Amino acid sequence: MTDSMQIWLSLLLPLIAYVLLTLTGKSPNVREGCTLTVATILFLLTCRMASGVFAGERPEWMWGEWLPGFQIAFKVEPLGMLFALVASGLWILTTIYAVGYMRGHNEDNQTRFFGCFAFAIFAAIAAAYAKNLFTLFVAYEVMTISTYPLVTHHGNEEARNGGRVYLGILLSTSIAFFMLAIAWTYSLAGTLEFTLGGILAEPVADEKISSVGLGLLLALFAFGIGKAALMPFHRWLPAAMVAPTPVSALLHAVAVVKVGVFSVLKVVVYIFGLDLLTNSGVNLWLAYVAGFSLVVASLVAMTKDNLKARLAYSTIGQLAYITLGAALATPNSIIGGGMHIAMHAVGKITLFFCAGAIYVGAHKKNISDMRGLGRQMPFTFGAFLLASVSIIGLPPGGGAWSKWFLAVGTVETHQYLLTAALMVSSLLNIAYLVPIPMLAFMGKPKTDESHSDDAHGHEADEHDSHHHAPTDGIHEAPMMCVVPLCIAAICSVALFFAADWIYEALLPITQTPNS
Amino acid sequence: MTEHLPILLIVLPLVAAPLCVILHQRTAAYTLALLVSWITFGISIALVAQVNQTGVIRYNLGGWAPPYGIEYLVDSLSSFVMMFVSGIGAIVLVYAPKSVDDEIARSKHYLFYATYLLCLTGLMGMCVTGDLFNVFVFLEISSLSSYALISLGQTRRAPLAAFQYLIIGSIGATFILIGIGLLYQMTGTLNMADIAARVPQENGPRTVLVAFSFLVIGLCVKMAVFPLHTWLPNAYTYAPSVVTCFIAATATKVSVYAFIRVIFGIITPGFAFDYLPLDTELTILALVGIFVASTAAIYQANVKRLLAYSSVAQIGYMILGISMSTPGGLTAGIVHMFNHALIKGGLFMIVGCFALRLGSVKLDDWKGAGKTMPWTSLGWAIGGLALIGVPVTAGFISKWLLLTAAMEKGMWPVAVLMLLSSLLAVVYVWRVVETLYFSEPTAKVLKAKEAPLGMLIPTYVVLAGTFVFGVWTTYSADLAAAAAAGLLGATP
Repeated sequence: MTDSMQIWLSLLLPLIAYVLLTLTGKSPNVREGCTLTVATILFLLTCRMASGVFAGERPEWMWGEWLPGFQIAFKVEPLGMLFALVASGLWILTTIYAVGYMRGHNEDNQTRFFGCFAFAIFAAIAAAYAKNLFTLFVAYEVMTISTYPLVTHHGNEEARNGGRVYLGILLSTSIAFFMLAIAWTYSLAGTLEFTLGGILAEPVADEKISSVGLGLLLALFAFGIGKAALMPFHRWLPAAMVAPTPVSALLHAVAVVKVGVFSVLKVVVYIFGLDLLTNSGVNLWLAYVAGFSLVVASLVAMTKDNLKARLAYSTIGQLAYITLGAALATPNSIIGGGMHIAMHAVGKITLFFCAGAIYVGAHKKNISDMRGLGRQMPFTFGAFLLASVSIIGLPPGGGAWSKWFLAVGTVETHQYLLTAALMVSSLLNIAYLVPIPMLAFMGKPKTDESHSDDAHGHEADEHDSHHHAPTDGIHEAPMMCVVPLCIAAICSVALFFAADWIYEALLPITQTPNS
Repeated sequence: MTEHLPILLIVLPLVAAPLCVILHQRTAAYTLALLVSWITFGISIALVAQVNQTGVIRYNLGGWAPPYGIEYLVDSLSSFVMMFVSGIGAIVLVYAPKSVDDEIARSKHYLFYATYLLCLTGLMGMCVTGDLFNVFVFLEISSLSSYALISLGQTRRAPLAAFQYLIIGSIGATFILIGIGLLYQMTGTLNMADIAARVPQENGPRTVLVAFSFLVIGLCVKMAVFPLHTWLPNAYTYAPSVVTCFIAATATKVSVYAFIRVIFGIITPGFAFDYLPLDTELTILALVGIFVASTAAIYQANVKRLLAYSSVAQIGYMILGISMSTPGGLTAGIVHMFNHALIKGGLFMIVGCFALRLGSVKLDDWKGAGKTMPWTSLGWAIGGLALIGVPVTAGFISKWLLLTAAMEKGMWPVAVLMLLSSLLAVVYVWRVVETLYFSEPTAKVLKAKEAPLGMLIPTYVVLAGTFVFGVWTTYSADLAAAAAAGLLGATP
């Protein structure tokens, strides 16, 4: 298999999945069989590519030139490879999980759901392999549009409002800031190609842009990439939680948000260049905005009783870690940020899977109602605990390593205030995540008969008729839900031992080419 | 034969129009009109190919050499505009029969098709002619026939809207005529190239200045440049759906074409933009127009009117590109004529589908139509995305070209304002999307059937075009770039 074939095949596969599952929509088993088969092939292909890319290969493929000078072209480098690996691997898990969840819920329009899902994966892979900013931007926008029907899947008033915020913020930031920043970059550098060491050093040396201008450009990128959910453009993420849980899991813990922070990292490493940023010092304000964002998001997360809302704010906080890594622009912080893409993806998808499983198995959305459920749902809450450990950054969770490198980055640059912010935020992570499984295992079930508003109809009926212990009739979600979440939880621990391998893989992108 | 293609382009529809009247039978008239419009489209494509190979084609009417006789001139710009105008004209006719049956009295069908062909003749004529007075004649042919077409609308507001357009349009046409007369007085010729060679430029007599002003203002009325756009919303709203599809996609674009010809073919950009501050004025008017019209579009209850205001805003983008008078800006302006013709044509065709099935173009009557008319609703979403300028659609190509052109010229505020204004498009497009998909359907909507394939297929062909030309720009941006280079190369 040639280099270019690997690339176009991995872009084509999700689209094939889209066509196949649309055609076989009438029989759900065939439809999901197709999706799973294609997802598995994609993952195997991505693994095969990864072995080459991490060994130093850089496969390339150009699709075409839209306008003179603006190509849709792809080139695989370690950071994108890592992201593609995470996205394609978790696509398999999410598909299995979604089958269990969507059927367990008798959701409508399942074909459209799986179709849009495949399309979003296509966009994620395209973004991961993009060779230039133009391609990245196109993939970014395709992802925004293709995920809109997923966010508004329920088609009700709430979905409409959520979708409005989602699309409103993501489209406005990308059009008003991101696109402007890209055009500005092009007018300065005359190219948009991702180049190790950046493409802006020359225009700065020629005094085409002042350091104030450079800071402004960085701001346009950082806020324009709304998917990175940097405050104050983070509102779309909680709004998107109206989507079915598998969507929240894959898209709003992995694909969509990670495209955001991935783009920020790409821009910092390949457009600005680490040396340029650290020498000019314009990156520090971004580091502080990210630091502010991660502490505040964690504080807000503590106030949320709805589990998905809490996880959403937790995601905003964790994304800010990655943005912080990018903003510090030291080799260690970049590696920490890149690593956290993988660590947080696996950890957070587990948490979302658990949230969905709890909803399917027990019809509970609010944390206060989950007290004592651990005995009925041991696997789910066990997995929740493992994943929490990883998100918090404690060994043996994978997140320990990425947060370590980020902390090293803050110390290296003597930004001790940011070091403190990281520590405080980790404590807050413990405070909002750990009590959930703890209370589920140790706490006594709520005995009052007044059910929360979120408890669903038939479940309430059951209680009225039986008057047994309130946890009666609650059991683990279907196998199709529980198995993927256990696998994901195990992965988040396994990554703790594989961190060395990610470190080695990402090391090349932090080195400045010898000119 | 091939050397007579430029004149065939005009003669065919011009002769077919009275034939439609003579035939008097609606199916026969329709068949003739359809046939002729497709042949016209075929000829335009042949001309584009020929111009690409051999360069500018000049055709002397009746064998009289210019400047004494009338000269037809097909260059890369005019062939490009003719191609998409006749293309839209042809595809809209494929789409037309069901909608025309529904909205226009049967006894008037043959007249409708005759007038439609006349309008097409006028628009093609404006593109092909190299004679300034001839431009005016064809402008009047297309305008008069469009007044008639608009007045065919179902409601009693239609004749009023047509009358309003007639008054304002005639004032515009008179301005143009006065401008032409003054230029004739100065130079003694009507051939555009000849005028350009003879007209005294900077520091010339004041008459040139006055002539130029009359021409520009007259054309601005026809292009519906803010604040001279007031005729447009009513005309588009109350015209029959098919007429709106055709006129919205073509008429204002051809006026923009005539404007480009006047600025770059007769008066040099140096005179218009350096000696006179027309570029600054146009930029300001375009930007104000974009914001005012887009904001107005957001508040419309009638979807046709919403799209009409959006058209006023989109004209602003074209003017913005043209007034930059750089290769990049001019390319963006020209390519947006083409892209917007596709996008707006497609969206008005969608509106026509809804009008047929739901009997209304009020947004409130479309509630929940996503459930009963899924393909039509999806069509709106697709066209809407193109209108917003999301990547992979033609709208993105225009926006990107305009943005890079503004950056190149260092027009920072323009670039920023342009991007901000496109957010307004998100609002007015999505307002309709949300109504279609998230509102509870009314009883009438629940009973509605999907639009007939005879209308959906042409609509989707146009919408597919917005995607094709969003990724493959050989026949849009490249042709536009060639046209822009031709225009700027012709003037020192």
